[in-house]
Formats: sequence, structure tokens, C-alpha cells
Amino acid sequence: MLTPEEIEHIARLARLALTPEERARFAQQLSVVLDHAAALMEIDVEGIPPTATVLPVHSVMRADDTPMPGLTREEALRNAPQTDGEFFIVPATFGDEA
Amino acid sequence: MEYEVVIGLETHIELDTASKMFCRCSAQFFGAEPNTHVCPVCLGMPGALPVINKRAVEYAMMVGLALNCKIARYTFWERKSYWYPDLPKGYQISQYQYPLCYDGWIEVDVRDVTSGWQEHAERRRIRIRRAHLEEDTGKLTHAGNYSFVDYNRSGVPLLEIVTEPDIRSADEAYAYLSALQQIVRYLGVSSGDMEKGAMRCEPNLSLRPKGSDTFGVKVEIKNLNSLRAVRDAIAYEIERQTRILRAGGQIQQVTLGWDEARRMTVVQREKESAHDYRYFPEPDLPPLHISEEWLEAVRARIPELALARQDRYRREYGLSAYDAVQLTAERAIADWFEEALRTSSAPHSLPARAKAVANWIQTELFRLMRVHNVPLDNVWHIKVKPAQLMQLIELVEQGTINLNTAKQVFEEVFQTGEDPRAIVEAKGLAQISDVPTLRRVVEEVVSAHPQQVQQVLNGQEKVFGFLMGQVMKATRGKANAQLVNQLLREAIEASRT
Ligand SMILES: [Zn+2]
Repeated sequence: MLTPEEIEHIARLARLALTPEERARFAQQLSVVLDHAAALMEIDVEGIPPTATVLPVHSVMRADDTPMPGLTREEALRNAPQTDGEFFIVPATFGDEA
Repeated sequence: MEYEVVIGLETHIELDTASKMFCRCSAQFFGAEPNTHVCPVCLGMPGALPVINKRAVEYAMMVGLALNCKIARYTFWERKSYWYPDLPKGYQISQYQYPLCYDGWIEVDVRDVTSGWQEHAERRRIRIRRAHLEEDTGKLTHAGNYSFVDYNRSGVPLLEIVTEPDIRSADEAYAYLSALQQIVRYLGVSSGDMEKGAMRCEPNLSLRPKGSDTFGVKVEIKNLNSLRAVRDAIAYEIERQTRILRAGGQIQQVTLGWDEARRMTVVQREKESAHDYRYFPEPDLPPLHISEEWLEAVRARIPELALARQDRYRREYGLSAYDAVQLTAERAIADWFEEALRTSSAPHSLPARAKAVANWIQTELFRLMRVHNVPLDNVWHIKVKPAQLMQLIELVEQGTINLNTAKQVFEEVFQTGEDPRAIVEAKGLAQISDVPTLRRVVEEVVSAHPQQVQQVLNGQEKVFGFLMGQVMKATRGKANAQLVNQLLREAIEASRT
């Protein structure tokens, strides 16, 4: 069972504000999910390299480094929460908060 | 008590590809209008899919190989999650478990040159823990209650290079960073320009009693925009922390910023909050297998690097450490120097030729390039070609022209690109070495200056120079100075009565 602190931490990482009721409910639900996934921990993976993908492809790369135009600035800024026509404007942020 | 500093450096280098790491937007963002090099991929729009830029991977491998790293044969990408508006996706595509390059080392020559050049250097080996590829972030400008975001830099290929904590002084950190900068420039994979942010360095540093093998409390220093700032900030911190420890105080674990104006470190963040990056494999990108053939093809593109060239110039040509360092500072200059030597018609006397070429490059060539505002790495674009410098040196050596004339000719080659030999012929600059002709001039000068001749005979050596000058003037500077010297001595002696 996840502790209230763990739930709070996870909610914060996802930028979710939870009510005390939600916290309790999600602690319950998330714990069930994690317990279910924990079954994987019992498998012996000794000597098996970590799997990064289940697709049978690898080393797909773009060999041509020539740049191509992307979006115009008008297009790029169309979804901006706020803009002065040049920049995306966001609430002031200092430091790289995790 | 004596303390010892333990320093590790984390350096980010922007790779100089034309397009970005995972999309085809131009990666050359410097000076571009904000948010004009962007697309759905580097803006983190839902559904946009990244594709790996092969050249960026090759550039990273080149740096790894130059740093004597092992290159992973299998690697994959991971998402490093954190919330900050410079990352529009909410995560950075990076490498965590399997860095592309790992377990390397670099040798650097450490000199304290703050009070003049030192011929002797201490060669130190610094281990490289890892070098991995990731994407750069956008740029934030803070103003009042708002931050302005420009995503032109978002997705530019970035190489993070982490050393082991092997560095033991500010000078050593400086030497390491200069060497790294020089390597990426030699490889042509980055400008390494710290002022422009193409190379960014964050040292971490701790002090411990000398001889101890545990680590002290670690601080991190940020906001260092030049090699000098790195050296100064580290030197400042060593002094500050030593003072605190000697007074019985304790070092706080903080993140510091370097205040260039006040020349001191200031606390930026009190306590490093434990990051929770939740790395996991990037599902949108397939893993990379690096074949032996690919690796060897990349290895073949690595030129001989500066330190190896310095050692070779000293060993093979007997050049001083100073000359070797100057000639190898820019790869273009070193290549130019070597090309000049290749055209020498006297391969048996290479050390003498090398010294002459080194002198010409460091005096006349550098002077003229400076006067004409040509950066040193553009040396291949100027009109003088290496073979022409060698031709000029040989004209002096054969006695065809004297050194003063050679300097004038060199300047003319620099301006016109014409061959020195052609200039000497067209302008009649060849030195006069014909004895009867010179003797006539000498005798004229001697009879025109009886008083000065007497003074020389009385032992006033300075006046001899004056008479030499008169002969040179009469021959418009073309007289073979050695011959004039000898003939003038004879003529003065002969006039002794
Ligand atoms: Zn893009």
C-alpha cells in the first residue's frame, strides 16, 4: 500500500492537486496497479539484456542532415497560452524544479 | 591542516550539425528570430515523432573516440522527465543506462600561465566516466512575473561529458576544458564557444584533508561563461572553503553561481532537492546498434589531435613547447604549418626549416592576419600558400634576398598571392652579392665619411652600424649584409694610417 507521502509525491510529479478523498482513493487504486505489475519482479531475468523496445527495428536514422523549414512562427505560436507574437509567455519560473 | 580539492566536471557541448537531433529544423539558431526554427517535434506537440540525426551520433562517437572512450555497441534513448518550460514535452530525450561513450580518459598539460609562459608542464590524465547524447532545451528570458520562451534551441544535439573526480586544481580544470574545447574544434563537431553557450561547464567540488580518501561536502558551480570564469570560480571556492574549514566551520551543500562582476560565488539554491527524473526507455525511438564497420569508418575521420602534434613537433623538429603550443592552437594553422614543411626542397634539414616556418607563422603571418582581421582558423582562405612561405624561406637561405627584403616580399605575397620568386625578379629585389659592385659602394661611403671611419678605428663600434646603414641605403637595402660587413671592415682597416 502506498503511503500518503508517496501519493502526494506522485501527484506533485504529475502536477495534480488532489483532495484528501482523492488521495485515499488513488492510494488504494494505484497500489492495486503496482501490486499487479510487481508480479514481473518475480521473474528471473538473470543474463537477459534489458528490453528497450518490443518492435523488431533498430538503428533507424536520418542520414541527411539538411535542414527543412518547419512551422512558421505564427503557426508555432497559435496554441501558446500567451504570446507577444515572438515568444511563448509563461508564468515566471526559476530553477529547474522536478 | 592541509586540504586537497576534488573536482569533477560536467560539460555540455552543442554539436554543430545543420539540423536538430530529432527533427529537420535548422540547428543553427544563433542570431535567429525567436521561434522560427521550430516544428511539431521540437515543440513537443502530441503525436509528433522524433527521428535520429545520424550525423549527430557520429559527431558524438568522434568525441568519444578522441577521449579514448569505449563506444557502446548497443544503446537506447530514455525520457528524463521534469517540469520546466524550456522543455515543451515535459521530458528530455537523453541516455541514462547505456551512454554512447564511456570509460575514457584524456591527457592534459597543466601550466600555471597566469604570470607568464612556462615551458614546463605537468601532464595529467583525467578519466572520463561517460559521454552521452541528448537534446538541448529552449531558452528562457525572465521578466517580472513572466518568462519568455524561445524554442529555436530546443532539440539541438547536445553531448554531456562527465569526468571522474580526478581534477585537483583550478589550473587543471582550466587545462581540461581548454583541451576539450580544442578537441571538438579539431574534430570540427562544435565551436566549443563558451561565450555563445556552445560549451557549458558545471564543476562540482569538495575539499578534504590531504591524504584522506573520503569525499567532503560537494558544491556545484553554475553560470560560468568562459574558461577563465571556470578557473577563477574554482580558485575562489577553494580559498573560501579552506578558510571556513580552518576556522572549524562546515561547508553547506549548495548550488552556487559565479558573479563575474563581483568576482565571487553566490548561493543560488540552498539544498539540492532530490530529483526524480523517472527515466524510462523512449518508446518513439528504436535502439541503436553500432556495427564494427560504422565505428571504424568514424574512427578514420579523427585527425591527429593537438597534444599528439605538440609532442611530435618537439620530438621530430626540436621545437620548444611554446612554439608547439602556438602552432597547434588551431588545427588549420597546424595543418598549414605541416603543409609548408612538406614542400621543403631540403627534407634532410627539417628541424631548421620547421623552426624557420614556425617563426614566420608566429611573427609575420599572425601579424598580417591580425592587421587584416582574419581569424586564425581561416588561414587556408588567405592568399599566401604554404609552399610560397617555404619558397621565401629558401630564397633567404640561398642568399638571394636578405631578411628585411623577405618581410616586404611576404607582405606582398599576402596581398597579391604572387610567388615570392616572381616578385623578387619583377622588382629587382635580389640581394647584391657581387663583390666588385659592393666594394665600390663601400669605398665611396668610407671616403665620404672620414670622421666616422676614424671613430670606428678609435673603437666606437656603434658608428660601424652607421656606416653599414649608409651602404644599405646606397643599395636600397639589397646589399648582402654579411658581405658588406666584411668589406667594410677591410676598407676601414685599409684606411688606418
Ligand atoms: Zn523541429
